[in-house]
Amino acid sequence: MQTKKISWPRFLVETAVLVALFTLVQYGITTRMLDQYVQINLTSMCINIILAVSLNLINGFTGQLSLGHAGFMAVGAYTAVILTTKLDYPFLAGLVGSAMAAGLAGFVIGVPTLRLKGDYLAIATLALGEIIRVTLQNIDYINGPAGISGIPKLTTWAWLFGAVVLTIIVVVNLVNSSYGRAIISVREDEIAAELMGINTTKYKVLAFVIGASFAGIAGALYGHYFYIIKPETFNFMKSFDILVMVVLGGLGSTTGAVIAAIFVTILTAVLQPFPEIRMILYALILIIVMIYRPQGLMGNKELGRQTLGRIWGIRR
Amino acid sequence: MLELIQQLVNGLSLGAIYALIALGYTMVYGIIKLINFAHGDVMMVGAFVGYFSVTLLGTNILVAMLAAMAVCAFLGVIIEKVAYRPLRNATRIASLITAIGVSFLLEYLTIFLIGPNQKVFPASAFTVKAYDIAGLSILNKDVFVFVSALVLMVILQYIIKYTKTGKAMRAVSLDMEAAVLMGISVDKTISMTFAIGSALAAAAGVMVGVYYNTINPLMGIIPGLKAFVAAVLGGIGIIPGAMVGGFVMGLLETMVSGYGNSLYRDAVAFGVLILILLIKPTGIFGKDSGEKV
Repeated sequence: MQTKKISWPRFLVETAVLVALFTLVQYGITTRMLDQYVQINLTSMCINIILAVSLNLINGFTGQLSLGHAGFMAVGAYTAVILTTKLDYPFLAGLVGSAMAAGLAGFVIGVPTLRLKGDYLAIATLALGEIIRVTLQNIDYINGPAGISGIPKLTTWAWLFGAVVLTIIVVVNLVNSSYGRAIISVREDEIAAELMGINTTKYKVLAFVIGASFAGIAGALYGHYFYIIKPETFNFMKSFDILVMVVLGGLGSTTGAVIAAIFVTILTAVLQPFPEIRMILYALILIIVMIYRPQGLMGNKELGRQTLGRIWGIRR
Repeated sequence: MLELIQQLVNGLSLGAIYALIALGYTMVYGIIKLINFAHGDVMMVGAFVGYFSVTLLGTNILVAMLAAMAVCAFLGVIIEKVAYRPLRNATRIASLITAIGVSFLLEYLTIFLIGPNQKVFPASAFTVKAYDIAGLSILNKDVFVFVSALVLMVILQYIIKYTKTGKAMRAVSLDMEAAVLMGISVDKTISMTFAIGSALAAAAGVMVGVYYNTINPLMGIIPGLKAFVAAVLGGIGIIPGAMVGGFVMGLLETMVSGYGNSLYRDAVAFGVLILILLIKPTGIFGKDSGEKV
């Protein structure tokens, strides 16, 4: 086992880049250089990044195809909105609560279903996501199918940016840890991993719970930006949307998921007037990527300094 | 008691529709181990072909059904050739994602070409009458759906049990490599499976048009999922299982709408799926076969 030392120059550079990015956009928002339209798309982009990176942990790194991510998003959105509007907790408590509730839902769903494999698991998670949605529709406390409206707009750029950074840091560090190696070994060959003494169920559930928690946070951010949440918003089409990003970016590539989330958000914004064409494009992307590049555009490679270096022709 | 029998009668025709769709799922899964997510949407295309055959060409409902079956059989073969064949040796997750893509493509191409609004199946195509038999009210559309589904299932059983194609299909689903060695063309057999499965789905689509009276481009999703549940319930890959599973799902759904809360109708179907997957993933008729390393 090698122990990695923290490379301070790299850490400082990365922090500086993040701070600069944050300040730049914040400056644009306060001076109104970025108008409402750009801000809305920026928000969707951040939420999509969180969703794609967290689903990629489940689908890409752990290799467990889940089609119920929107269900966890719904759990998070409803928990946070109930906490802030009905129980008057601060937004931070709402976010933490949403992560915990969605994580708990992930645990309750994950423990029984993760015994299933491949396509059975996919269908079971899809079914459970739909059960969450139908259940929400039948609870009067949260207005059933009409949903909750008039939610205060508490999601700011700072919260969004913070949540995106937190998601990426947690997922990247998890994947690079010994836990991460165990998780990847489950994807590569579950039987072999088990023979090596890895408790495969434990790692599958762990990845599932962490992925679900971040989906919950994404749901909370969504609810507190767009004023209204309805069970219908979180149907399985939403799960497929997230799946498209993960597949496009590469199953098992965090940078791929981020790039694909940004790309899909822009594509959605551009094709807003033609929703059918957007869906036809999604469909073609799924089919063509799977036939010609089943590992996704980035595969399991990360876009890092080495790849960038190669592009610029700099030898390291 | 009478009401219970009435609900059972209502459930039978819905169950027949689910059973027809489930047959396509189960046949395709039995032969290439793929959950053909697009199957429900093939049914939707069938419903639209039937609709246009009735409205534009003025055919009667039986001709419309045959036309829908022919068009969808062709569509099924093309889908398999273009989308699934290149992935036959890929991972199952890759094929599943492709199937989801095909499903989207069919749905949104239809919306793009025809528009998202629902269409009303013309009343002239099928005049609904109610018969009063021993206190039960029986609609002629229920009889039509049930009888034609039954006829199709009998034909399917005949094809699978007594024809060369059927024998080839059984051989390929049992052991693809051995079938090749016996001189069976695997590609042709798989195409045939898709053709038959899609034709059955198309017939079901026209029946849905008659049964619910309206059709729309996204109508295939929920019946498709429920039929999939039916296929899993009966034991996926097992043809009589799909028939039984379909009827069970249809009856269960009418019972829940009749006696419980119809908002929970869809949740019950998915709940059944979860229960089977957890208790007996091989389904009612399935045999347990241990996993080979």
